[in-house]
Amino acid sequence: MAKKTISSKRKTAKKKYVPNIVVFACNWCSYAGADNAGVNRVQYSPNFRVIRTMCSGRVTPAFVLKAFKLGADGVMVSGCHFGDCHYIFGNYKAVEQFEKTKALVKTLGLDERRIRLEWVSAAEGARWGNVIDEFVAEVSTLGPSPLNHKRRRRR
Amino acid sequence: MGTVIEKLKQSKAFSCLECGKCTAVCPISKYNNSYSPRRLVAEGLFYGTDDLVSDRLLWSCLTCQMCSQRCPVDVRYSEYMRDIRSEAVSQGKSGNYSHGGALHYIMEMAASPKLKQNRTGWLEGDLKVRRKGEVLYFAGCLPYYQDLFAKDFDFSPLSIARDTVKILNVLGIEPVVLDNERCCGHDLYWLGQLGTFEELGRLNVKMIEKTGAQLVVTACPECALALKQLYPERLGETGFEVKHMSEFLAENRERLQFKDLAMEVTFQDPCRLGRYLGVYEQPRDVINSIPGVTVHEMAHSRRSAVCCGTTNWMNCDATSKQIQRGRLVEAKASGARTLVTACPKCQIHFRCAQCGEESNDIDIEIVDFVNLVASALEGISIPRG
Repeated sequence: MAKKTISSKRKTAKKKYVPNIVVFACNWCSYAGADNAGVNRVQYSPNFRVIRTMCSGRVTPAFVLKAFKLGADGVMVSGCHFGDCHYIFGNYKAVEQFEKTKALVKTLGLDERRIRLEWVSAAEGARWGNVIDEFVAEVSTLGPSPLNHKRRRRR
Repeated sequence: MGTVIEKLKQSKAFSCLECGKCTAVCPISKYNNSYSPRRLVAEGLFYGTDDLVSDRLLWSCLTCQMCSQRCPVDVRYSEYMRDIRSEAVSQGKSGNYSHGGALHYIMEMAASPKLKQNRTGWLEGDLKVRRKGEVLYFAGCLPYYQDLFAKDFDFSPLSIARDTVKILNVLGIEPVVLDNERCCGHDLYWLGQLGTFEELGRLNVKMIEKTGAQLVVTACPECALALKQLYPERLGETGFEVKHMSEFLAENRERLQFKDLAMEVTFQDPCRLGRYLGVYEQPRDVINSIPGVTVHEMAHSRRSAVCCGTTNWMNCDATSKQIQRGRLVEAKASGARTLVTACPKCQIHFRCAQCGEESNDIDIEIVDFVNLVASALEGISIPRG
């Protein structure tokens, strides 16, 4: 009997899908915002990986596409609010780049909801937590990306 | 070492006479004197390819085949480059991808069998296409180019796709367009990623054969080369014939009614269409049959036409820019007002070279061959933006 419960437990564990999420955060606001979330002990989903870039404007379509190619289920780009950019207009560049990324992701047949552009300032630790939670929940409902075959095979 | 000797034999590198004609005509060597095809062949012959795989110059070659045209003993330099690159790729090396590698990631993702692309959004209005039929139009990467480049360079790559279907409709053909067509893999082939290339090829051939198409037309010389020569070479015979739009239109010239356009044009021979596929006269014949259009030849044309400066979306640098500038100066000096090219990539690269340029010696209008033909047809206006 004990055996049976173990195997059924394993089955339920297998079913629970944990999305693989990549977040590009700018050095000056969003990365510091994530730090702030940690310092304030904000509780939020742990299944994402942050990559720090100097500016959200640096995140070209290639960054996001590479993440998808390597098996990400969702990609978020996060920068400073308009007017707060350390480089004055970097986040406007980020919007330009993100529009291209969005068009490419759509043409590739991936769901638009798998990518997201957010603004989080260095003081918004709580907001960082909320934004991540929301995104993780949304990507969880979408399920694994069709390009995520490698990771699934390994399981 | 056995495989190295095999590779050298296959590309006929052992026949090299070290005459240096390749370096004399190489568009890269013209501006970058550290690059020399002759030296790279000699190095491979004397020391094997071990050092070459880590040489950054390995990725500079455009594989434009200018050197092979001049080589008296037919050394297949482009194939030599491809083989060494494939060795380098297996060691985890790669060139400098331009656009951050975005296009390479798209190519590699296209090989994923589960991918369901959303790429036929451009089929709008009265364009007539089918699901099954004799003729298939292979659109290539145009939808992706539209997303990446349309805004920056103020032109619409998808207008090439729309105009191709329009022209085919005028000829009474309703082409098949695949909803989930994969990248043809041409660039990956020359970058030495032969495994991914073959996967893409298998997926495409299977999809094309399913539609029952006997003839595949494409407006991109690279797709034409891949489908016509590279797929049969790597995957065995395919059950369809492949033609570039210029070849197809040259055959059907009499059936098209053109109006007077009054244009002074010059033609850029794309390297894949000209030197690889040997299509020089067909596009010129079609352009010449449009009344009022005069074709001026550039100083270098047909088999000595200079490449547009970048291939395979790689190693775009100062040398590329100089090649592009040089070519545009030549185009302008030919007396033409419009540069016609049959390759969407040539157009992207030339438009990029024109960006932010203030002097007027390279200020020339650039139009795709298909767009020009469509604008000459009765009742279709020239697409802009």
